[in-house]
Amino acid sequence: MRKFLSDLVASQNFPFYVTGVLFVLLFSIGSVAFEGFFSPQVFLNLFIDNAPLIIVTVGITFTIISGFGGIDLSVGAVVSLTCMSLAILMRDTSLSPFLCMFLVLFIGIAVGLLNGVLITYFRLQPFIVTLGSMFLCRGLTAILSRDSVPIDNAIYSDLAFWSVEVGGCFISLGAIIALTCVVIATLVLRYTSFGRGVYAIGGNEQSARLMGLKVDSIRVRVYVISGFCAALGGITYSWIMLSGYTLHGLGMEMDAIASSVIGGTQLMGGVGFMPGTLLGVMIQGTILTIISFQGTLSAWWTKIVVGLLLCLFIVMQAVVTAHKSKLMNLKAEGSIPDKKR
Amino acid sequence: MTSQDNDYILQMNHIDMFFPGVKALKDVCFNLKKGEIMSLMGENGAGKSTLVKVLTGVYHKTNGQINFDGKTIEPTTPLASQKMGISTVYQEVNLCANLSVAENIYIGREPRGAFGRIDWATMQKNASDLLFKELGIDIDVTKELSFYPVAMQQMIAIARAIDTKCKVLILDEPTSSLSEHETQRLFKIMRALKEQGISIIFISHFLEQIYTICDRITILRDGTYIGEYEVKNLPRIELISKMMGKEIKEGEIESNVDKSKPRQNIFIETEHVTVPGKVKDLSLDIKEGEVVGFAGLLGSGRSEIAETLFGTLLKSSGNIYVDGVSVNIKTPMDMMKKRVAFCPEDRKVQGIIGDLSVRENIILALQAKNGMFKHMSRKRQEKLADYYINLLRIKVSDREQLIKNLSGGNQQKVIIARWLATEPNLLILDEPTRGIDVGTKTEIEALAVSLAKEKGMSVVFISGEMGEMVRTCSRVMVIRDHEKVTELCDEEISTAHIMQAIAGDYHGKSC
Repeated sequence: MRKFLSDLVASQNFPFYVTGVLFVLLFSIGSVAFEGFFSPQVFLNLFIDNAPLIIVTVGITFTIISGFGGIDLSVGAVVSLTCMSLAILMRDTSLSPFLCMFLVLFIGIAVGLLNGVLITYFRLQPFIVTLGSMFLCRGLTAILSRDSVPIDNAIYSDLAFWSVEVGGCFISLGAIIALTCVVIATLVLRYTSFGRGVYAIGGNEQSARLMGLKVDSIRVRVYVISGFCAALGGITYSWIMLSGYTLHGLGMEMDAIASSVIGGTQLMGGVGFMPGTLLGVMIQGTILTIISFQGTLSAWWTKIVVGLLLCLFIVMQAVVTAHKSKLMNLKAEGSIPDKKR
Repeated sequence: MTSQDNDYILQMNHIDMFFPGVKALKDVCFNLKKGEIMSLMGENGAGKSTLVKVLTGVYHKTNGQINFDGKTIEPTTPLASQKMGISTVYQEVNLCANLSVAENIYIGREPRGAFGRIDWATMQKNASDLLFKELGIDIDVTKELSFYPVAMQQMIAIARAIDTKCKVLILDEPTSSLSEHETQRLFKIMRALKEQGISIIFISHFLEQIYTICDRITILRDGTYIGEYEVKNLPRIELISKMMGKEIKEGEIESNVDKSKPRQNIFIETEHVTVPGKVKDLSLDIKEGEVVGFAGLLGSGRSEIAETLFGTLLKSSGNIYVDGVSVNIKTPMDMMKKRVAFCPEDRKVQGIIGDLSVRENIILALQAKNGMFKHMSRKRQEKLADYYINLLRIKVSDREQLIKNLSGGNQQKVIIARWLATEPNLLILDEPTRGIDVGTKTEIEALAVSLAKEKGMSVVFISGEMGEMVRTCSRVMVIRDHEKVTELCDEEISTAHIMQAIAGDYHGKSC
């Protein structure tokens, strides 16, 4: 039993299991405490309400896994800039909404490329670089318009309210895109050399370089992905808000980092699992749903619970790491066994 | 191309390599025949790893030519040289601990399945077969690398290197973390590879292993090429003397040691002290009023032993006694309180604080020992500083001069003064004379002897210069491969004896 527990804690997926159990626990608490909580639609709403956050978190998880203090603080500001650009493009030009959406994706890619190049080739701290581009994007948004700009394009509104029926419930386009992002990101991280390279440079950049990986190119691509995801998240965000505003997506980067960490991504880099990240977002969503069902508590209680969970998970990561190195030391004493097949 | 040239798979001619401000390699040549095992020897910092990194494209040479497999090559990246057939296993395990064993062997060249996806099943099967067939290791390759001990990680690194179809395999200190049994297994693999015509560059500081496995030796010293030799024609003592750059002179150096006083009271004693990977089963004693030398090659572990005595390295087993009482060291402060002082090897990095004055540098250790918040009057500080400036004849314009503006020798004296101010019973001097002028050297040597003689202080004197040992020490402990191999006493101490002892050809009479 003891050995089983020890192996479980040391296994790579341990944080994912913990997050999964926690999610089920929270959802059960909600279901027992409130009538009508346990329904497929409440569950699907988690995806619908949090679609932008899920997409942004996917991107930020890439940067955290890639190590070297990887982080992307600019994502919230990119979301805001994307919404504003969409609103202005559709107000002032007669371009098709689809073309507008296509164009704003390049805002994210450009910001990501800028971040990636500065971080990789000038060896600058990701924290500072992305803090800079965060201010840049937030500022640009305010320059475009200080006031809220509504989106009233008919085609666009239709798109925003478009949904699919699944067994009596419905799911929005944003949620579908978010889930697709998670699936694609999971596959990329697992089944492509680029994906494995992200883990390798996050684990040990020096080794990755000596093993012949193209470390620099991988790192730049990681930030481009994060920028792209932020812009895509921005589009889905505009479907919810149907406006552009300087304060859209404020603090979203922090929610994304929190979700990623609760989902088992290690801030040191090299460890992370995309479905875990999804669970991280859903845990935050569940807490918010519980609070809204309860009715009297302030929505800020979400932050309090998330704050506590974050501390808990970081402590857990430290404990797991300590446990692993203890196992290592035990083994380092022993030599390689001569086993025959 | 003549037929003779074809015997060589690799020729590096007149290689120069600069780091900013430093010439790391000067006109180094290196020739490797097909199917031979060549050792690259030299003390730490001689340029072995730098030469290897030039070959593997990690560093870029400034001048010189590299011929490999009949072509002139310019290695630019590790990947490029790997593709040409030069594989390397570096000193520290250079793998990613967060990835699985199979991935660590195949990353960058994973087998592909449908839609170009990584075929995990095939990769794991290949990895497991490779490890079993080539190295006789049967492990779960789906587990993370960090799950396995360092020795196993080293074997996995070797598996990665030999699977890339290399012509030259470079093993940079692969055995430092391997047990005897594992080393034998590695040697078996090396012989098998040699049979297949693969050339191996083997770097190790274990002489025993060099003489067991290698055909030839290339020696480097301070970034320069000393020569290449057939192993069977090079006695160990000569190898050592070439590595250190010292001729074995029989003409004796006069000892300054005062032999009149019998020394009996043991100040510090260690019993079977082990620090994993740094110090092996160390038992020694240091008596009051004697100067004890630690002799050995750079990297033999002599500084680590000093650090263990001072408490910067923590023992995992064994006992340390001070004045006959067992002590449990947790931090250097514990040893400072027991009146142990340590002047570290690299004064630039570990010693001086350049932007503080001479006075401030001198009182630093005493202040730390007394507690950082205990006030020491300015008057007392100045008195202390003046006293030691006079005692050690430190050349300063005044005591408020910034230490970074002093010469190396005077900086060293300030560091010694800093520790003398704590009035230690044991003073450890790690390479106190490196890089300073001859006059100051002699003064520091004389100081060590007189501290022992007049104040009854115990002094540990660590130096790569045999002459200094002979002049100052009444006992010399010879360190090899992180182990104390023998001890030399009074009359026995001579440069020849010390070097023979390092080579393993001489054992001190028990003292």
